[in-house]
Amino acid sequence: MNANTQTVSDAQAAANKFLALNSGNLAAYLEACIHCGQCANACHFYEVTGDPKYTPAYKLFPMAKAHRKTKWPWSWFGGPSVTEEDLQHWEELIFDSCTMCGRCTQVCPMGIDIASIVAASRQAFAAAGRGPEDLREAAENVLTKGSPLGVTPAVFDGRVEWLEDDYEVDLPLDREKAEVLLTVSSIEMMKYPKSIVAMARLMNQARVDWTFSTEGYESTNFGFLSGKPHIAKHAIEKIVGAAEKIGAKTVVIPECGHAYGVLRWSGANILGRPLPFQVLHITEFLAQLKKEGKLKFNKVEGSLTYHDPCQISRRGGATEAARYLLEDCTDFREMTPTGNFNWCCGGGGGVQAMSRAADLRHKVFQIKMKQVEDTGADMLISACANCRLTMDDSKAYWKWDHELESLVELLAENLVEDHPHPFDAKPHLATNV
Amino acid sequence: MELLEFARGPALTFAITIFIAGIVFRIVSLFALWRTKDSSAGSPREKSAFSAALREVIRRLWPQAVYKQDTMFELVNGYVFHIGLAIIVFALAPHILFFKDLIGLSWPSLPNNVIYAVSIITMVSLIAALVMRYANPAQRIISTFDDWFSWLVTFLPVLTGIIATSHLGARYETLLGLHILSVALLLIWLPFGKLMHFFLVFVTRSQTGAHLSHRGAQL
Ligand code: SF4
Ligand code: SF4
Ligand code: SF4
Repeated sequence: MNANTQTVSDAQAAANKFLALNSGNLAAYLEACIHCGQCANACHFYEVTGDPKYTPAYKLFPMAKAHRKTKWPWSWFGGPSVTEEDLQHWEELIFDSCTMCGRCTQVCPMGIDIASIVAASRQAFAAAGRGPEDLREAAENVLTKGSPLGVTPAVFDGRVEWLEDDYEVDLPLDREKAEVLLTVSSIEMMKYPKSIVAMARLMNQARVDWTFSTEGYESTNFGFLSGKPHIAKHAIEKIVGAAEKIGAKTVVIPECGHAYGVLRWSGANILGRPLPFQVLHITEFLAQLKKEGKLKFNKVEGSLTYHDPCQISRRGGATEAARYLLEDCTDFREMTPTGNFNWCCGGGGGVQAMSRAADLRHKVFQIKMKQVEDTGADMLISACANCRLTMDDSKAYWKWDHELESLVELLAENLVEDHPHPFDAKPHLATNV
Repeated sequence: MELLEFARGPALTFAITIFIAGIVFRIVSLFALWRTKDSSAGSPREKSAFSAALREVIRRLWPQAVYKQDTMFELVNGYVFHIGLAIIVFALAPHILFFKDLIGLSWPSLPNNVIYAVSIITMVSLIAALVMRYANPAQRIISTFDDWFSWLVTFLPVLTGIIATSHLGARYETLLGLHILSVALLLIWLPFGKLMHFFLVFVTRSQTGAHLSHRGAQL
């Protein structure tokens, strides 16, 4: 039989992928781990279960094994290969129990970025046909329907129209030219449409020259989360194509942590060229508008606290934007720990989309409940629809009655509005953000 | 006398050769791998890669306040045996003589009884680290041959050193020979396992520092 047509075993396919992704950066991380176990202290999965298999460094093992097998000096000793059993054993650890939140990196004395090894490992596992079924399906939907939750361009168009009618708000769609392309996450579109309305109201009030596009609206990236690079690239190409077509200088990512992380920090690398626009998270964008005096808010009554989405604060660098926007709250209380050190909600990295991980997620949410209760605040605010969905799910599971809201919705509710339909009135008053 | 001659002569020469060649090869082979290029636009807060890297190397000498409590034992114990080992290796008079022979430089020593006390403390600290590795489930599950063996080859020179200087059991020459052999074993193993972290720590901390600063997410 021709060597090319010989079927490669799954384990071999995974090993090959590991090696293809094994850059010097990742190899350095793999080689440097001193197995001190400190990272366990930072991981919410270990924190709530006490199960040693959730030790972050343990998640490095399959890739480290593939690396040692081929790289000097260990290859001299003819080390073991990655096996089918390894893939079986680690699948849960690479997918269900890592939200790629980056907390472990903060505590690691070597500064090892375990989340980036987990991202590479997901690709290797996916190459071997492994990974939770529902996550894979969500990723496939991106190719066939344009969105993980099946929001096709026609559905998108219909939902936008419906929102415009129901909420009496202008939602510009497919304008030929615009400075700003606003994207959505299909989680919002299907479950939290009010936050889309809220973004639009804020944009309109600030007279931003913006539009939605049916050619590039979905900002979540399940290709990335499921370890399917071609799907990740496809999703990015759509946004880039739409933005280029309308000449957008800025692409705004809605309340979605990983959508921001992927486009902002990996977009250019996945695409293979620099992005022709700047990427801002909605909190960063709104903070800019507020700073420029284009948005004003009424005092927000009631006590509230803010959950930092990992990909926006710790791994995104936008920690301060939300605080600046929440300045007008009369009683804002920080959790402990907060900001870059805040605990993850338990549903990032696509874990929210894995039904079999639900129990584990609910356990993790106990940390958040405790954090919120300790502040004594009545309301919990976040800026990530994925966090929100995770927390809403777990809230229901624990019958926990704290209020949970999105930051953009809170801001829109307290917005000082002077033009009901400002966008129609003066579309030329674009901001130069 | 024969054992000592062998240890001092061919064994040590061999070990030092492997030690140096191994380290060089390991570093070269790591940097021979392709490195990822980041073409994403940096945060306005991004610092130069060099200063971000340097900052991270220094910052990680001490844990963030949030994690201090959970990591205190490992932190303090880690510092104790690292500093202890450095004092023993570089401040004992006979060691300084050895370095003088080898590289022609010398420096003042600490009194023998001080080194003796430091050695005892270091041994206790290393044993504590071993017990932790065994007793802490998170550490134990990630422990491999490398971890146990690297511990052993680090511990043996301290142990044999103490035995030799206190003339316990056998003739001094034999004990010294064993001590040098244990050092040879350490030198030979060092490039092959986790002990390479003495170098890699600078690489990984720098990488992560530059990476986070690019995102304006510096801690
Ligand atoms: S990235 Fe987060 S979830 Fe993943 S191992 Fe680290 S701390 Fe745990
Ligand atoms: S804290 Fe860092 S060096 Fe220690 S085990 Fe975890 S990843 Fe490895
Ligand atoms: S879902 Fe939210 S809290 Fe959880 S990893 Fe993402 S951003 Fe972090």
